[in-house]
Amino acid sequence: MPVSLLEVKNLKKEYRNEDVVTPALNGVSFKIEKGEFVAIMGPSGSGKSTLMHILGFLERPSSGDYFFNGRNVNTFTDDELAETRGKEVGFIFQAFNLLPRTTLLDNIILPLFYTNVHKREWAYRAKKVLTEVGLEHRLTHTPGQISGGEKQRAAIARALINDPAVIFADEPTGNLDSKSGLQVMRILQELNDHGHTIILVTHERYTAEHSKRILKIKDGLIISDEMVGNRQIADGAKELIK
Amino acid sequence: MNFSQCVHNSFIIIGRNKLRSFLTMLGIIIGIMSVIVIMSVGAGAQSLILNQIKSMGSNLIGILPGKSEENGPPASVFGTPIVTLKNKDIQNLVSPAFPRVIAASSYARGLDTVAWGDNKVDTYFVGVSASYIDVEDTFVSQGRFFTEEEEKSIARVAVLGSKTAEDLFGDENPLGHQIKIKKTNFSIIGVMRERGVSGFQNQDDQIFVPVTAAQKLLLGINYINFARVKIDSSDSADDSVEYIKQSLRASHNIDNPEDDDFSVRSADQGLEVMGKITNAIRLFLVAIAAIALVVGGIGIMNIMLAAVQERTQEIGLRKAIGAKSKQIISQFLFETITITFLGGVIGIILGVAISATVAMAAQSMGYQWDLVISLPSIFLACLVSIGVGFIFGIAPARRAAGLDPIEALRYE
Repeated sequence: MPVSLLEVKNLKKEYRNEDVVTPALNGVSFKIEKGEFVAIMGPSGSGKSTLMHILGFLERPSSGDYFFNGRNVNTFTDDELAETRGKEVGFIFQAFNLLPRTTLLDNIILPLFYTNVHKREWAYRAKKVLTEVGLEHRLTHTPGQISGGEKQRAAIARALINDPAVIFADEPTGNLDSKSGLQVMRILQELNDHGHTIILVTHERYTAEHSKRILKIKDGLIISDEMVGNRQIADGAKELIK
Repeated sequence: MNFSQCVHNSFIIIGRNKLRSFLTMLGIIIGIMSVIVIMSVGAGAQSLILNQIKSMGSNLIGILPGKSEENGPPASVFGTPIVTLKNKDIQNLVSPAFPRVIAASSYARGLDTVAWGDNKVDTYFVGVSASYIDVEDTFVSQGRFFTEEEEKSIARVAVLGSKTAEDLFGDENPLGHQIKIKKTNFSIIGVMRERGVSGFQNQDDQIFVPVTAAQKLLLGINYINFARVKIDSSDSADDSVEYIKQSLRASHNIDNPEDDDFSVRSADQGLEVMGKITNAIRLFLVAIAAIALVVGGIGIMNIMLAAVQERTQEIGLRKAIGAKSKQIISQFLFETITITFLGGVIGIILGVAISATVAMAAQSMGYQWDLVISLPSIFLACLVSIGVGFIFGIAPARRAAGLDPIEALRYE
């Protein structure tokens, strides 16, 4: 039987601050296969961000198992976690997290600093991913010179540059107006159409409905796991995508 | 992250905040510049001093009043005039009993306004013995030097240095004229040849009078400031020093060498002592400049710690996209070292430029000043600036690497 891309079993996470224990995840189990577009949806404080951090190798669970491509992530050293983040994962954040006063080109190649990809290939890759998000004409602009929607598209380009196995998008439309938000969702849907696995974290039902499957989380537990019946297709911004 | 990627990355970061990067560098620039200038100007000044001692001739022996340590500074540097050395002591040195001593001259100096009619100049008058021109291997270009008889009889005669002659008399021939020093008239009997700057003193801007006249008529003292003795060859320097000491002890009724009230040094010893003194001064100044470097380093550490704080989100991002802790450490360390190294290079360039300017200025003023810039000191300056970056960069780098990526990403 082929292994799942991601599989978690009875995952728990609690935060200890001196004597106060705050549970964040109370035992979640699910699988995500390659090529899926999954939304993790829940209100704030539900544990969805914690879950994404664990799935994205940024944090370790308190107990339970996490298998990535069949490998138990609990056995990874800190350096292996960092290496896996660099190779297998692309992050898209609500606040974009682009380096200020640094050109888009330099921002987008940032993940390559921590890989073995040869420098000759950097510019080629950067142009390729910038073209995918429709920003090839903005190479030398700095984040201060572009709009919020363009910033998030640049962040998507940065997430793509290492050709990751899975893309995590943490409230990617949270700081955007609805038009720019739709553009971003359109790009994510296109990437998924081309085979990328995407995990979207959001508290908005409308945004979540752009995915193919919704995992609802509340109080640290998965309360439902359903395929999206009436999927939203963000095609209003289609002309942006090359 | 390999070396060229580190360099690339450092330049992106430094270029992002050019003014702040430059101000950060300033401490290192000033520190390295000071060290280079002090090393170079110090070496130049040292070469000047040592050259001057050498130019006085290696077969000269100096006698100073007051006891001093074998290789220590002369007693007179402590400021009090020492009155133990007399002209008679020096006259006694030239004797058929020790033919290696060829000539000896006493020196008693003062500074005053010298007048010829309405022309006045401030200059040094030096009371010397008649054998001065033999001791210092010089001669007059006009007229004559005074004789032993004139010295003994306290004659009011004077020989002008070439510059003093020009300042006072211009194109006129000074011979036979009367000048006034401290209200006493002196007749001019000669003008010295031009000798240039030597022994911190423009030798041409002085007036030579018999030592007896300087003592009795001008200074009102019965002692001399110092004496110089010329010997037949530098090979006999040790013997001669010993002879002079014994002779002086006899004149001063001293039995125990511990009680000596004079010091005698050959030119070689003088060179050695001056070398030691000037080295000590240089070291002292370099130590002060090194403090500037340390202060600069602390400034850099401070700014880098603030930068870690300011760039918390960036560090979180870098960790999220795959940076390992040691890569964050090397990145921040590399940034600090790039700043200090660039500062060091700028400091070296400025330091060399200033040293060269000082040397050119000194040479144009007639000093025998060598521009000394040693490659090892430049190499050392580079190493020091890298070292400062390393030492003061490690704490900020470790702080950056220790940040939790999730908290760092959330940091606003």
